[in-house]
Amino acid sequence: MRRVLLASLAPISAIVFSLIVASIALMLVGRSPITAFGAMWDFARTSTSVASMINRAVPLYISAVAVAVGFQMGLFNIGVEGQYLLAALFAGWVGGNIVLWAPLHIAVILAVAIIVGMVWSGIAGALKVTRGVHEVISTIMLNFIGFSVIAFLLLNYFKDPNGSSLNLATPPLPPSGQLPNLNWLFGALGFSEPRGIDLHGFAVFAIVVGVFYYLLVWRTRFGYELRASGINPGAARMAGVNPNRMIMNTMLISGGVAGLVGLAAVFGNLQSYTQDFPRNLGFNGIAVALLGRNHPVGMALGALLFGFMDRSALILDLKDTPKEVVTIMQGVVVLAVVIAYEVVNRFIERLEIRSAAEATREAVEGAAA
Amino acid sequence: MTDVRSEIETSSAPAWAANRWLRLTSMILGGVLLLAVVQSVSDTSELTTSGTWAAALRLSVPIMLAGLGGMFSERSGIVNIGLEGMMIAGTWFGAWAGWSYGPWQGVLFGVAGGAVFGLIHAIATVTFAVDHIVSGVAINILAAGSMRFLSVVTYTPESGGGATQSPGIKSQIATFDVPVISDFFNWLEAKRIFFVSDASGIIAGLTSNLSWLTVIGLAIVPVSWWVLWRTAWGLRLRSCGENPYAAESLGVPVLRMKYYGVVISGALAGLGGAYLVVVQAGIYREGMTAGRGFLGLAAMIFGNWNPVGTMVGSTLFGYADALRLRQNEAVHALLLAVAIVLIVLAVWSAARRRYTPAIFEGIFGVLFFVWYITTDSVPSQVVAATPYLVTLLVLAMATQRLRMPAADGLRYRKGEAV
Repeated sequence: MRRVLLASLAPISAIVFSLIVASIALMLVGRSPITAFGAMWDFARTSTSVASMINRAVPLYISAVAVAVGFQMGLFNIGVEGQYLLAALFAGWVGGNIVLWAPLHIAVILAVAIIVGMVWSGIAGALKVTRGVHEVISTIMLNFIGFSVIAFLLLNYFKDPNGSSLNLATPPLPPSGQLPNLNWLFGALGFSEPRGIDLHGFAVFAIVVGVFYYLLVWRTRFGYELRASGINPGAARMAGVNPNRMIMNTMLISGGVAGLVGLAAVFGNLQSYTQDFPRNLGFNGIAVALLGRNHPVGMALGALLFGFMDRSALILDLKDTPKEVVTIMQGVVVLAVVIAYEVVNRFIERLEIRSAAEATREAVEGAAA
Repeated sequence: MTDVRSEIETSSAPAWAANRWLRLTSMILGGVLLLAVVQSVSDTSELTTSGTWAAALRLSVPIMLAGLGGMFSERSGIVNIGLEGMMIAGTWFGAWAGWSYGPWQGVLFGVAGGAVFGLIHAIATVTFAVDHIVSGVAINILAAGSMRFLSVVTYTPESGGGATQSPGIKSQIATFDVPVISDFFNWLEAKRIFFVSDASGIIAGLTSNLSWLTVIGLAIVPVSWWVLWRTAWGLRLRSCGENPYAAESLGVPVLRMKYYGVVISGALAGLGGAYLVVVQAGIYREGMTAGRGFLGLAAMIFGNWNPVGTMVGSTLFGYADALRLRQNEAVHALLLAVAIVLIVLAVWSAARRRYTPAIFEGIFGVLFFVWYITTDSVPSQVVAATPYLVTLLVLAMATQRLRMPAADGLRYRKGEAV
């Protein structure tokens, strides 16, 4: 109980802090934070909003898992951004150009996305293992190279010849490549069904990814070695863990998961890869991973929180309040949460030192008496 | 780059090897000669014109400023991938003050805006020992979000402004031609003499229609070299990046030095952002930094965490960008230049019995040559990716020669020496 309390202390204080910063920002521009947050809360409580919130949380969660896999061994994959965009492009293109038996069709799309994500992160992994190039630098570079590759391929080879030239896109998914929506879930739970927005079927895959992540990290030998390499690389190596193989495998898994991020939109509202495909999910995924401290449930809560903020911010424009205040909150919350973890850790450290000192003194006094 | 540079350096007569300046001059002359030769055999005329080089200069300076900023931070031991965010703050505040007061005030506010985000990065990474990458990512998210917020609040009601752009700034910063030199070389460029006119075009481009802010930006290169390598303060700052615990034991105020490094870093990135607004665009447009903060980081790595190297890297990136904007065929001609350089390198490596690099260089040289003769143009997306690709290749091939500060990116807490 105390452990859960201490673990949630940091994120909660970070959220409170970001609310304070956002309130100050709103007051500075002469808007009432109470009205704004109240409106957001009310707006978010409809079935439609909940569906939209989950739809937004799904890619963030998968992206967070992709980042978290690397974090477990101190490996920083900030290339999720490039990996998911490239993967979504290829998956959208392949998916839009074939017609198969539906489950097979979807499996092919998933496989393409995972493989492309793996290839792109694998380059960073290979560069680190063979040439000692730091993965942060190589993934930043690969992100930008990926953006160019996407622009080139979409314009010259992958665009739908019958599509609009204003917004280039891959051909739309044929019916056999579409996932059914989950709107019936609301009815089954006794709520009204969402209107205008579907709860996309891809949400199921987010849960699968979360379970996969949990089993992989905490229930397999690989996961054990992964965590051991993160906590004490030297000790792990002495115990026979091959660090190069770990780096390579971790980058590949991280990239494979990252490949799925963009499918939320491909299977969701876009049904193809488009020029204005959602961006920044990779970077926001890092934020969610930090917020949820690489824990499968914590990250789910973090992703839902971000989804909630993104969805409920839409109402602010109608209330004459800049909805961008939400982006400030998201930025502040990331920074605040890592600082809060640090402060909480130092606090715990001090508590432990004190209790250890007391125990020693008692022992000494006991021995003396 | 270090690879390329040292190869070219040593390939000029060995007796010169002792003289740095002579080597540098011969290297530059060799480069100009190469461009002149390539230009004369291919169907382009833009490789060495004053117009191209003036554009290259304007495009390089912001990248270079971000790179120099990154250098100050990393020399003090703090990795700064928040450069992009700091630069965004520089563009916004630069445009805001430029629109409200005037261009020079814009520059000051841009610097201050970048420095504020530098300070946030410093508080997180130095005082709270947060992971540097994490903080940098957060800074990028935070800066982009808050500038959007400020735009909505400030610019939306104004004519010419909106949620994603500011009204124009009041005026541009004055420009000038370097007296005599500019005229003389412009005249010489027009003579169309092989090599002489090529060199003149480059000199003319770099000396005509100069903005004072460009001069200031360029002056920061020698100044930062002098400060970091010739003053006690600079030695202290660098010692914090190499071995903070040793520095601490000698009485260096490590935490304070790191604060200096990171705040200067933000200020320089902010200056780069302000430059984009004040010298180039004249307004703030959302996303106008377009990854230049990351390019600066690339230029810094490319330049081996040194000011001059950073400048060379940014010039290369800016030059490629300028060619792409002015004439796409010129970029195509550059393929030939790359092929020639690689093949010369291959011959040189083989002569020194370093066969593995020689084979690689030879293969790539031939590939570039084949690419050159079988195509007519280079897709603009390829050009956009070039700086990143080059950095990645340099990192992969020259890891032995690149050396980042030893304690760069490591967490430091006072009095925790092991």
